[in-house]
Amino acid sequence: MAHDLHLKDPLLEQRLFRNRMLVALVGVVVLLGVLVARFYNLQVVNYDDYRTQSDENRIQVRPVSPTRGLIYDRNGALLADNRPSYTLAVVRERVRDMDGTLELIGRLVQLDDADVDKFRQRLQRRRPFEPVPLRYRLTEEEIARISVNEFRLPGVSVEAELVRYYPMTDLFAHSVGYVGRISERELTDFSEEDVRRYRGTQSIGKVGLEKSYEDVLLGEVGFENVETNARGRVLRVLERHDPEPGSELTLHMDARLQQVATEALGENRGSVVAIDVKTGGVLAFVSKPSFDPNLFVTGISFKDYKALRDSIDVPLFNRAIQGQYPPGSTLKPLMGLGGLAAGVIDRQTKVKDPGWYKLPNDTRLYRDWKRWGHGKKVDLIQALTESCDVYFYDMAHRWNIDGMHDIATRFGLGAKTGIDLPVERPGLFPSRAWKRGARGMPWFPGDNLNAVLGQGFVLATPLQLAVMTATIANRGTHYKPQVVMAVDGVEQPPEVLHHVEARPEHWDLIFEGMESVVYSTHGTGKKAGADLDFRVAGKTGTAQVVGIAQGEQYDSEALKERHRDHALFVAFAPVDDPQIAVAVLVENGETGGGVAAPVAREVFFDWLSRPYEDTASVLPGPVQLEKGGIRG
Amino acid sequence: MASRDYMHRLPDSHSSLSRPVSFSRRWHIDVPLLVLLILLCGVGLTVLYSASGGETHYVRRQAVFLCIAFVGMLVAANVPLDMYRRWSPWLYVAGCGMLVAVLFVGVGAKGAQRWLEIGGFRFQPSEALKLAVPMSVAAFLHRRTLPPSFITVLGALAIVAIPAALIVRQPDLGTSILIAASGIFALYLAGLSWKMIGGAAVALVASAWPIWQWGLRDYQKQRIMTLFDPDADRLGAGWNIFQSKAAIGSGGVYGKGYMQGTQSQLDFLPESHTDFIIAVLSEEWGMRGALLLLLLYVLIIARGIYISFMAQHVFGRLLAGSITLTFFVYVFVNIGMVTGLLPVVGVPLPLVSHGGTSAITLMAGFGILMAIGTEQRRVTF
Repeated sequence: MAHDLHLKDPLLEQRLFRNRMLVALVGVVVLLGVLVARFYNLQVVNYDDYRTQSDENRIQVRPVSPTRGLIYDRNGALLADNRPSYTLAVVRERVRDMDGTLELIGRLVQLDDADVDKFRQRLQRRRPFEPVPLRYRLTEEEIARISVNEFRLPGVSVEAELVRYYPMTDLFAHSVGYVGRISERELTDFSEEDVRRYRGTQSIGKVGLEKSYEDVLLGEVGFENVETNARGRVLRVLERHDPEPGSELTLHMDARLQQVATEALGENRGSVVAIDVKTGGVLAFVSKPSFDPNLFVTGISFKDYKALRDSIDVPLFNRAIQGQYPPGSTLKPLMGLGGLAAGVIDRQTKVKDPGWYKLPNDTRLYRDWKRWGHGKKVDLIQALTESCDVYFYDMAHRWNIDGMHDIATRFGLGAKTGIDLPVERPGLFPSRAWKRGARGMPWFPGDNLNAVLGQGFVLATPLQLAVMTATIANRGTHYKPQVVMAVDGVEQPPEVLHHVEARPEHWDLIFEGMESVVYSTHGTGKKAGADLDFRVAGKTGTAQVVGIAQGEQYDSEALKERHRDHALFVAFAPVDDPQIAVAVLVENGETGGGVAAPVAREVFFDWLSRPYEDTASVLPGPVQLEKGGIRG
Repeated sequence: MASRDYMHRLPDSHSSLSRPVSFSRRWHIDVPLLVLLILLCGVGLTVLYSASGGETHYVRRQAVFLCIAFVGMLVAANVPLDMYRRWSPWLYVAGCGMLVAVLFVGVGAKGAQRWLEIGGFRFQPSEALKLAVPMSVAAFLHRRTLPPSFITVLGALAIVAIPAALIVRQPDLGTSILIAASGIFALYLAGLSWKMIGGAAVALVASAWPIWQWGLRDYQKQRIMTLFDPDADRLGAGWNIFQSKAAIGSGGVYGKGYMQGTQSQLDFLPESHTDFIIAVLSEEWGMRGALLLLLLYVLIIARGIYISFMAQHVFGRLLAGSITLTFFVYVFVNIGMVTGLLPVVGVPLPLVSHGGTSAITLMAGFGILMAIGTEQRRVTF
């Protein structure tokens, strides 16, 4: 066989090529025949059908938008509803003179320049014969005026659509979030699949659960074939494929508890996060001040937005997951547990506290919050109860940052908790590697002392502190925090991230110390347990405000107030069978025990003692306790 | 003119040189191909003017693109064929490198990441592979005895598979398949045994189900389902097909007249100036116009096949054959898609649809075809 010798035979190769090309040519001819036949089929055989179809083009396919899934709290109180709203829309193809039409409309209903500008932008991106919205939320009177003048306005129509409504207004703005009109930017980022799913839909989840559960809330678009007259009015529906409504969400959150926690904060700015210890479910999620999410649904006015954006209280800022604060002494139980586990301290370890601590070979004094100290023989229980700093300085000096970093990480500090809400921030618990990378400096012994007290580089969100507290209450079982309990009635199982192993007697000791914070005569958090028929364990904290972002206007009174320390309190209850863990942060509240602990007390009382019948007296506004609402 | 004198003193055996060298010969232009391409582009601009509703914006843009593309073709025609053969591996490696870069630093839109951006200028590396892949396969086979041995086939398939896999990841299934096809055409023309072709066909049929199940995204499945049941996706691809079929069908044999297409002029037809442009032509010029356009394509393809028959070496032959057949596939897939025979895959109609990169790549391909067609003149030097 010739080619086994690896000799090229040009003639054979050429003949081979020509044969192959001839075969391919047959294929080309056959496929060309197919195309010709197709043209013949479309343009000759079915000419009449297509001619009619195109001549009239009366049959239109219109998208039917799905109803967005409703959101309920754990007891069926409605948090996100859909309500009909009337929109003025224009079909460009049916309008002879756009400027004239807009002018005429302007004389009938109130029309801002901004409305017209946005309308012209939307005209650029639309499907043929698609009604383009011009004005939202028409009043009854405006609808009447348009319909009287209908004969002068070809291509203009009033369409009813369902828009989101948040009956609890500002109560759930930071957890449920809100929807808004799909922006230009979101539209460009859409995949082809998204473009299809959002046909006929005007809004998309912007923040909160509305954003993180967008996929399940949205539903599946349907369509209908409609016959229209020459002026674009729908005469009849020929065929309809119903849309699939979005899934309903049921939250772990409790509207009543949310209300109680919000009110307990009073006039203060801050955050309260309560977590169901047994599941990781988020029961209350407060970031104060809040805002009315209904403002955003059909597009917020610039004035309203500016007011929210420029407020010195930053109401749009989600303090519970984006606020990163030094956790201060609230870390002490955790650090105590770590020290016990590492063998650095034990129950008997006692430290002399003259009111300051000094590292060997260092002149710097590390002060205790209590000027004269806590005495000669401070042990762990007393150190927790009275929040003795020197005890922990001493422990931190004998321990190392690797151990502290390890235990902090296991309790969820320094990393996103993985909660089902968007734009969570990770906080920070420093390590040697972090400091070298971020600051280009080695770890100094003094850094240990700052880290153990939750100062220096340490930052945590209120949510992280709540998760940390729940993990302590659980004796080490670290659940991922979840806001949503069920999707369409299907329960989302709790997710254990991992389990922190420690000896039972060590857990007991920490519990004892935290209980003593609330009940001992010298305890710093006594207000958390006042008049409750169950036992509370907690820890106070104070975070120094080094440089909080300030508003642009200089207001010395306000400024002074905003340099005060943040007050913190973390706690769980009941001690013998922990159900609920709470983290409270009061911005510039100064004392954890005085300002933050009473907030936790209200939350505990409401959750564990108040009979459920009281709900109506606590909740604001119209609340539907039965599932329902408006369904398309 | 000293050089001219020198040439006249050359031995008489090269008779071609004793005659005055024509412009087209000097610049390696294949005149029939050039004429056909100019005709095609002319038709394209005319239809584009109508498709953009009488506005000149797209037409002017496209005219600029086409001028650049023609210059690119002339440059490509004047590169010695041997240089293509020797440089193809480097072009290939550079192309694949850019594809890898696209996966990491590429920019994108609509859920796909296909472009590289350098200094504000965007380009799509997969375009370069449209030429680099058939070139590399042809160069690879050129060095081996034909028909290819099993090992050679595996080597050629590897050359095809790497960029194809990278482009699928972008994701851009359509382009990936077209690029793979261009490489496989070269392999087929080199004499890939019918047994292997049969085996591959069987394997393809057997893997159809797993590919459907795991390989395709939902929207891709939906587009295929749309073919069998155009009602299934009325709001997406089904809508486009519905309107484009109405446009083509209502054109009839004679058409509604230039700029008179109701479907296209009234904006019923989506993407009328890009992928669906032949629907505009068919509506306004009728079946006569559509067949005329097809005829132009057939003539171009015929010229390409002629050039491949005349090519002196394996490399040129395979490359010319592959470029020509791939060009046909573009035409077939686009028209098939617009007429509802094939799923909507986003393949433009060569040199008629609005689009710069596609025009430039296609014309560069024709330039290479010209370089192959005029190679023997160069060989005799």
